[in-house]
Amino acid sequence: MASKEVLLMSNMLKLKEIYPFLETFFDQQPGELFKQEDLTLQQILLEMEESGSEDNVFDATLFVDQLQEFIQQMEAFTGVSSQSVDVLTILPGKDKSGNAETFDALHFRKSTITSIVGPTGSGKSRLLADIEWVAQADTPTARTILVNNEKPTVDWRFASGKKLVAQLSQNMNFVMDLSVREFLELHASSRMIAGAAEIVERIIHAANELAGEKFSGETPITSLSGGQSRALMIADTAMLSSSPVVLIDEIENAGIDRKKALQILTGEEKIVLMATHDPILALMADQRIVIKNGGIHRVVQTSAAEKNMLEGLEEADRKLQTLRTKLRAGESIVDQSF
Amino acid sequence: MNLITVSGPPSSGKTAVILKTAESLKKRGIKLGAVKFDCLHTDDDVAYEKAGIPVKKGLSGQLCPDHYFVSNIEAVVEWGLAEDFDLLVSESAGLCNRCSPYIKEIKAICVIDNLSGINTPKKIGPMLRMADIVVITKGDIVSQAEREVFAARVHAVNPSAIVMHINGLTGQGAYELSTLLFDSGKKIDSLKGMKLRFSMPSALCSYCLGETRIGESYQMGNVRKINLEKK
Repeated sequence: MASKEVLLMSNMLKLKEIYPFLETFFDQQPGELFKQEDLTLQQILLEMEESGSEDNVFDATLFVDQLQEFIQQMEAFTGVSSQSVDVLTILPGKDKSGNAETFDALHFRKSTITSIVGPTGSGKSRLLADIEWVAQADTPTARTILVNNEKPTVDWRFASGKKLVAQLSQNMNFVMDLSVREFLELHASSRMIAGAAEIVERIIHAANELAGEKFSGETPITSLSGGQSRALMIADTAMLSSSPVVLIDEIENAGIDRKKALQILTGEEKIVLMATHDPILALMADQRIVIKNGGIHRVVQTSAAEKNMLEGLEEADRKLQTLRTKLRAGESIVDQSF
Repeated sequence: MNLITVSGPPSSGKTAVILKTAESLKKRGIKLGAVKFDCLHTDDDVAYEKAGIPVKKGLSGQLCPDHYFVSNIEAVVEWGLAEDFDLLVSESAGLCNRCSPYIKEIKAICVIDNLSGINTPKKIGPMLRMADIVVITKGDIVSQAEREVFAARVHAVNPSAIVMHINGLTGQGAYELSTLLFDSGKKIDSLKGMKLRFSMPSALCSYCLGETRIGESYQMGNVRKINLEKK
């Protein structure tokens, strides 16, 4: 990284040229001075001081420290972002009563789906929190999490922009006043990745494949239907989230192609964890873990016999969907097969 | 005794985060006390009492809550020492976003929520820029993308802070926060000689002293005018 002196003597244009990610950093600074590209950092800091640092709420020393810290973090971040998480491992801990969990080691590989079953309050959130915090036998369950079979570095815990788990649940809504495309562009710019425009179009396309009703890039995100919102959230998380693990808390069975949704996530090499009590979704998973009293009670591999049932279940589900569509269209819903 | 200062915009979830975190701290046998600074009204002291946490509350009334905080925190620390707490949590609402309630050497936590809008991090001054830990709440009701964008903005405003996501309703993430709060090596027995991290918002004009009439001739002291000239 450039020394403090070099940073101070460079003008804004130069700094953004060397470190393109600084655009975001300067955007978040108070006042208008940081927008003047011909000024050197030194000049800006002097002006900020002169115009009264207490009014600007600006501390030049702190600013330079934080600038250097930001550059350091971003450089490290771009270095490791290519390093993928191939497998996540849980080593056993204990349940709420202190009984040891009985599995040896539980692996979650990329592009696979694991379903999680167990009543509300059984310990699903705790399991998720253990993963997110990359527990090292230092949480109430005493579980240990390994990343790529190794003890993970602490930056999984503390580094901003480097979180293991992305979450999707039915309670989540869009709250920003933006169109679909603007929204995705904003997300892409916060990730500072190359080829953002192309990814944005891919996401819109994929989300439309999932949603029953089509929408365009110009649609305001807050006016999307439930199914469309979920479809966009899934496609966006699959293609634009930095987190290698995606936790889904049920996918509603309306207005969205759930099978395709899971395929998009696994296709983008995500490790998918899915809390569900829907047999179709559970059988789409490669394995399921049963949670009881705060502990992982059993790990069940989806058997061939179970997989065989999937086709029949999907057929029944399709029939139900067809009836639903007919009902919505105001048609008669008589079906001889029932 | 350890002291930590928690602040953040109104209704961002400060009390919920502290109460959920306190559960984990209590399990470790850490004796906790709290003080709540607010402006006109608070019921949060009742919530602390319900959770079995000894609490004092202070209402600043017509004064800037920040100024009220700094004029009283020393006495509150003395109260905490007399009560023999291991950890005293000071909670104060940041009302004008220019707030600057943090003290050098004293752990500072800022609580802000995902619903406040992605331009909010930039609008908040020292309360966010100088915090050691930033807790982001209400992540359970917005999309993953919005959470990521919001966290990225917070990071650009304060790259040195640890950023954590906590669900104030379920407590998810609160255990993790609790592991960062108590430090047996950071004990204090007084705030004498310590300094604020940044100066507080200032004002000393006729309106501070109760003036209610509008007009140039009633404006005295520290008065500033809006710039209405054409650019």
